[in-house]
Amino acid sequence: MYQTTYHRASSVDEAASLFAKGSESKFLAGGQTLLPVMKQRLASPSDVIDLGKIKELQGVELSGDTLIIKAATIYYDIMTNADVKKAIPAISYLTSVLGDPAVRYRGTIGGSIANNDPAADFPAALLALGATVKTNKRSISAEDFFQGLFTTALEDGEIITAVSFPVPAKAGYEKMRHPASRFALTGVFVAQSKSGEVRVAATGASQSGVMRVPAIEAALKANWSPAAIDGVTISANGLLADIHGTAEYRANLIKVMAQRAVAAAR
Amino acid sequence: MGVEGIGARVVRKEDKRFITGKGRYVDDIKLLGMTHAHFIRSPHAHAKVKGIDSSAALKMPGVVAVLTGQQIVDDKVGNLICGWAITSKDGSPMKMGAWPAMAPETVRFVGQAVAVVIADSKNLARDAAEAVVVNYEELPAVADMQAAIKAGAPQLHPEAPGNQVYDWVIGDEGATDAAFAKAANVVKLDVTNNRLAPNAMEPRAAIADYDAAEEHFTLYTTSQNPHVARLVLSAFYNIAPEHKLRVIAPDVGGGFGSKIFIYPEEMVALWASKKIGRPVKWTGDRTEAFLTDAHGRDHVTHAEMAFDANNKITGLKVKTYANFGAYMSLFSSSVPTYLYATLLSGQYNIPAIHAEVVGVYTNTTPVDAYRGAGRPEASYLIERLMETAARQLKVDPAQLRRTNFITQFPHQTPVIMAYDTGDFNASLDAAMKAIDYAGFPARKAKAKADGKLRGIGVSCYIEACGIAPSKAVGSLGAGVGLWESAEVRVNPVGTIEILTGSHSHGQGHETTFCQLVAERLGVPISQVSIVHGDTDKVQFGMGTYGSRSAAVGLTAILKAMEKMESKAKKIAAHALEASEADIVIENGEFKVTGTDKAIALPMVALAAYTAHNLPDGMEPGLKESAFYDPTNFTFPAGTYICELEVDPGTGKTSFVDFVAADDFGRLINPMIVEGQVHGGLVQGIGQALLEHAIYDANGQPVTASFMDYAMPRADDVPSFNLSHTTTLCPGNPLGIKGCGEAGAIGASAAVINAITDAIGKNNLEMPATPDRVWRTIHAA
Repeated sequence: MYQTTYHRASSVDEAASLFAKGSESKFLAGGQTLLPVMKQRLASPSDVIDLGKIKELQGVELSGDTLIIKAATIYYDIMTNADVKKAIPAISYLTSVLGDPAVRYRGTIGGSIANNDPAADFPAALLALGATVKTNKRSISAEDFFQGLFTTALEDGEIITAVSFPVPAKAGYEKMRHPASRFALTGVFVAQSKSGEVRVAATGASQSGVMRVPAIEAALKANWSPAAIDGVTISANGLLADIHGTAEYRANLIKVMAQRAVAAAR
Repeated sequence: MGVEGIGARVVRKEDKRFITGKGRYVDDIKLLGMTHAHFIRSPHAHAKVKGIDSSAALKMPGVVAVLTGQQIVDDKVGNLICGWAITSKDGSPMKMGAWPAMAPETVRFVGQAVAVVIADSKNLARDAAEAVVVNYEELPAVADMQAAIKAGAPQLHPEAPGNQVYDWVIGDEGATDAAFAKAANVVKLDVTNNRLAPNAMEPRAAIADYDAAEEHFTLYTTSQNPHVARLVLSAFYNIAPEHKLRVIAPDVGGGFGSKIFIYPEEMVALWASKKIGRPVKWTGDRTEAFLTDAHGRDHVTHAEMAFDANNKITGLKVKTYANFGAYMSLFSSSVPTYLYATLLSGQYNIPAIHAEVVGVYTNTTPVDAYRGAGRPEASYLIERLMETAARQLKVDPAQLRRTNFITQFPHQTPVIMAYDTGDFNASLDAAMKAIDYAGFPARKAKAKADGKLRGIGVSCYIEACGIAPSKAVGSLGAGVGLWESAEVRVNPVGTIEILTGSHSHGQGHETTFCQLVAERLGVPISQVSIVHGDTDKVQFGMGTYGSRSAAVGLTAILKAMEKMESKAKKIAAHALEASEADIVIENGEFKVTGTDKAIALPMVALAAYTAHNLPDGMEPGLKESAFYDPTNFTFPAGTYICELEVDPGTGKTSFVDFVAADDFGRLINPMIVEGQVHGGLVQGIGQALLEHAIYDANGQPVTASFMDYAMPRADDVPSFNLSHTTTLCPGNPLGIKGCGEAGAIGASAAVINAITDAIGKNNLEMPATPDRVWRTIHAA
């Protein structure tokens, strides 16, 4: 690791002002990506501003049909939160299969979506549930927020404060875990909104990062059941291929994971 | 057996320090004035080193020196050696490419060091390393061994035309051809044994400390065999004469073979310490472990097995290509030859065997012994062949094995090994009963109704352990003997120190070796300590690998104990005014049998050291040593059966049950044995399902971190159902066979046999990743 200056911010405003002062500042949330990259000397921020201890970024709120998860809430707290289990159990399940226990005790929802790893779990949940990302400057729809591999709508120095999820009628998530990293080799989040809209998002599959799967959405819109997906064909074009999964395999996984997510949806 | 004697499940003494963070590993050691080394490693798989400019680095804060490959060659530090000479079928010796500790001219794998920066701290060394400019001229590289042996392939070493290390044969080709000519059935199989990265929990590390006044070196290193390290550093690498070189291997966090070898980093640290006049520490990181720890396995094999009309095996033909990487590591040459092809008879009567092994250089990390070393490759091949044969011949796989089991001992195989004892039917029976083999078809049918493909796979492994009889290995080309030494020191107050040339790096010797003393003397193990891992304390030793510590190392301790006891009995008889023949040792006392006269061990010890009243002519003291050289290998064997389900939608494998019925001879501490089997099975399952060290066509490693290289985790493996069917080894007085490698040797074939049974297709390579299994299921 190169030398850096560490700051522990106590408020979002302080974090933003610390960020602006540094020459090459980076925000630190759970550190599950940034710290390993720094240790390998692949990143050398002048200043690291820790958001993890900011009180206003912690916690979960359920009000009516909206579930709000504050950005620096760790996966473990999301997984065990009673409101999450009640409102969107698929999110609770997603956090239970995210990484390993060490990751779940440190990683945060805000850190995950800000990094937008193409195989991260949470981007699929946001996209399928039609969530809204709240920052210290604005609100951004999930559709607009995720802009491809490791790319988001966030501007330099902008801080995610929370994610707001509309509570769906039904939602489910299934994931084939990457055998080494435990990211999603392919994960599919399916959701049916209370107004009947169906959204399906796949992560770990596309060369362009998290994506909607219109063919499966159409099939489920017509008939919300695993069998409805039987006839769907997913093209391997544009899908990721590596030593752990060919593009054809990932195409298959999109379909199979979607079917299982529908079966598990509550 | 006492509560702490042989056969007792004694809790490990060493675990208190390990689980409370009090272990003392090389990186925990800090010396006054210590500097830190950071190696500059080639990013290219094959390149000429055209120049190294360290001028900017030398001006950076805290930088002591930048040393290069040319300097280490100029200073006459010896090239790395391979300690087992193999002769090709044409009579020519194996072709050794020169391997300097740092490359002066040519790099041949990604990660090979070309220079080292020495600085006041690790970070300063790393900073300065980034300022060293190495000018490389890239050369064409070849990573795939089939490509490497083709005409026109990039050539690694001028000494080895065609990238061939050797072309070695064993067995009777004529007899084997004759058996095939008469065969009723021939079964053919192509298998790949995937390359593995060892990944001991503790990365390699070294501290070298040169004392200019005494012209003496001390090396702290992560070694499985510190005496062998000293011997090689002294005799071949010109570091220092043996009496001027102390090698200490303190607590070592796992080895699995990868810490047998003497690596360039230790050589460089020693050389650099003398050059700069300060201690030099190097601690590898995980990336360096992936790039530079010797890898394991990496075979491609075609095999054919001949059967008569009664399904009896009549012959076996094997042709194996073994990837050695860019250089011949210390014992690499023996792994695909004498540790592999000599086990090709498996547990079976095979009248004729012929095997040919072609060793190949590629632009990859060197390959050497890794848990099992050759024997997993042999066992995997034979057990995949047996399963393939059962399917082709349409007989039950367990029955086909039974039909061909060796049942008379000793048994001379056609490939050197003479099995001393065993009961292969007993372990097969035990495993079949444990897994309810007879009930499997019903379970398979039920699983099918649930949409799952269920399979069962058998693996009957045998290994040659207790490595090894010195005369035998010498006749096969080994450069060392493989005996073991021990010393028993009874202190004047009766406490006991056992000095052993075996080295514990996780195996629990500090407990099991004490149990032998407790068994013989009836003293609690708290009165006994085990001293190992320091060439200044232990006179000599060959270290720990090849499941040898109990069968060879503990037998040496037994021999020394017998000498000590004999002298102590004389002292006791003298003190008790009894005949030496009437003295028995019980509960820490020397008793006159049939009487109530006794003298406690501490009093005997005290008498030995005060020497006021010893038998006439007896030397004072109570300390004895012994060397033990085994007369044969030992032959642990057993049956593993795996039952699993494959999800046809994803190709994912889920274990239902895994049973292991092993014959390790006598068990000293069954709890520790179970731990060894668990660890070995996990490594075997890791090879079967998860692990694969992969290079791209240009020799760039694709799996150099845990984000890509899949190490098995607790939730990847089942709970294991273990049992033991024991035949005592006749080759050593304790009847021990060894247990350290069995799991890694036998497990992978059981897993692949089960998956191929489940999916109904026989050809499936390791690791059987979900992707690979899914594609195999759905292949036309």
